Amino acid sequence: MINFQYLRTTTAKSAIALLLKDKNSKFIAGGTNLIDLMKRGVTAPDKLIDINHVPLKNIEQVGNNIIIGALASNTAVAENALIKDKLPLLAMALNAGASAQLRNVATVGGNMMQRTRCGYFYDTEMPCNKRTPGSGCGAIGGFNRMHAIFGTSENCIAVHPSDMCIALIALDTTVVLANAKGERKILFKDFHRLAGDTPQLDNNLKPDEMIIRLEIPVNNLSKNSHYTKVRDRASYAFALISVAVGLEIVNNKITDVRLAMGGVAHKPWRLTESENFLKGKEATLENFEQAAKLAMKDAKGFGENDFKLKMAPNSIIEALTVAKSKA
Amino acid sequence: MQSSDKKQNQGDSRRDFLKKSSLITAIALTPSVAVKAAESQADERFAELFEKIPLNLTVNNKPYTTSIEPRVTLLDYLREELHLTGTKKGCDHGQCGACTVHVDGERVNSCLSLAVMNEGKKVTTIEGLANGEELHPMQAAFIKHDGFQCGYCTPGQIMSAVACVNEGHTGSRAEISEYMSGNICRCGAYPNIVDAIVEVSKGGVKA
Repeated sequence: MINFQYLRTTTAKSAIALLLKDKNSKFIAGGTNLIDLMKRGVTAPDKLIDINHVPLKNIEQVGNNIIIGALASNTAVAENALIKDKLPLLAMALNAGASAQLRNVATVGGNMMQRTRCGYFYDTEMPCNKRTPGSGCGAIGGFNRMHAIFGTSENCIAVHPSDMCIALIALDTTVVLANAKGERKILFKDFHRLAGDTPQLDNNLKPDEMIIRLEIPVNNLSKNSHYTKVRDRASYAFALISVAVGLEIVNNKITDVRLAMGGVAHKPWRLTESENFLKGKEATLENFEQAAKLAMKDAKGFGENDFKLKMAPNSIIEALTVAKSKA
Repeated sequence: MQSSDKKQNQGDSRRDFLKKSSLITAIALTPSVAVKAAESQADERFAELFEKIPLNLTVNNKPYTTSIEPRVTLLDYLREELHLTGTKKGCDHGQCGACTVHVDGERVNSCLSLAVMNEGKKVTTIEGLANGEELHPMQAAFIKHDGFQCGYCTPGQIMSAVACVNEGHTGSRAEISEYMSGNICRCGAYPNIVDAIVEVSKGGVKA
């Protein structure tokens, strides 16, 4: 690992001020992705600003929102009684990701900032437009079994790796960001980006900003929530396909529904059209199948990942069926 | 990655030499940084980049004070500087769990933690589990149930297993397997490892 300057700070204000001083500086929280990227030479910041002592670990209900501080650990959120009670989908998604050791240090903000696990991005000998813009995409025509089927570009077919974020986009989360001048809010669905012509950018966080907290509206979906994750082994692997479902069912009629998928796109993939179809309909297998079909309308395989074109709709049907059965 | 300066206070000449040699290494490894520095004649910047950071932490109930390059991981600090080689380096990328230690009572992968991020914290390694010659119940259970073959993953497995019991994630064999999934055993001793954890959890033993 190339050495760097290390600084510690205890307030968001001073963290942002330090970030502004040096263009090639980064925040470090859990570090479970950043340190790995630095070891592999994918990134080499001149300066790391340790923000672990900034007091942003709160998890609480304020009015109609659940507030989660950006530095709350993945374990702290997943094991929190309020989260398990009101947002079980988030707890399920968190527990489906990484290992107990990683979740103990990985933070909510860091989870949102983690980079793709595309092998070409990690191997500095290989072309990758995300790591070195203009160098090409090794995955297109290469080993692309893990890669995207939605929203791809000719520059990049990498997938967003998080489980937590799939639940957060389904839960209509708002992200609160801060810079030196103050705070701004952005919808979670607008936080991450598609690769397009700028695959080097994973999200819309500006270089002078810091993630402060999440705001998640309470809902009536907690009883019929489910997170399905299909992967190469039973645990501790990134998703081939994952599906987050929240249903509100009254007299077998779907009154509210949230559907999002992971492992399929450069960002958490919300299935709005399928949701609109299901709203007001009966919670039947036939309707679930139709919703899955709608979700797959614009899907495109790249060879090795063609199996996802079948696995994705099957996983949507499975997740909806399990969520419904929890009634 | 290495902790290049094991013995400190050996005089200015050694320190100066190390600074220069790490500078040379840095130039060889990072042309972009070197070029940048040369352009701005930023000798001071280099000195600052390679400055060591003071670090105080407690390992197995013993306080340690040192100064260390920020890039040294907790794993390398434990193994290379404190010579606590029970904690193993497997993948060094957070994928195998061989480096699992407890920090302030919680299990973490020491390979993905910078030593300097653990200022003021209490670290427990496999060497700190036993009470003198008396094995920790989890160590005894691993022996009784043959919870290993080659033994390389065992320190990480045991540290993780102790945490798994303390966290209360031992409701079923399936739950134990799920919460032990961050520790890979290439010999495949998994069923015996779960047996050991089941026994300790039923005995209500806490680390």
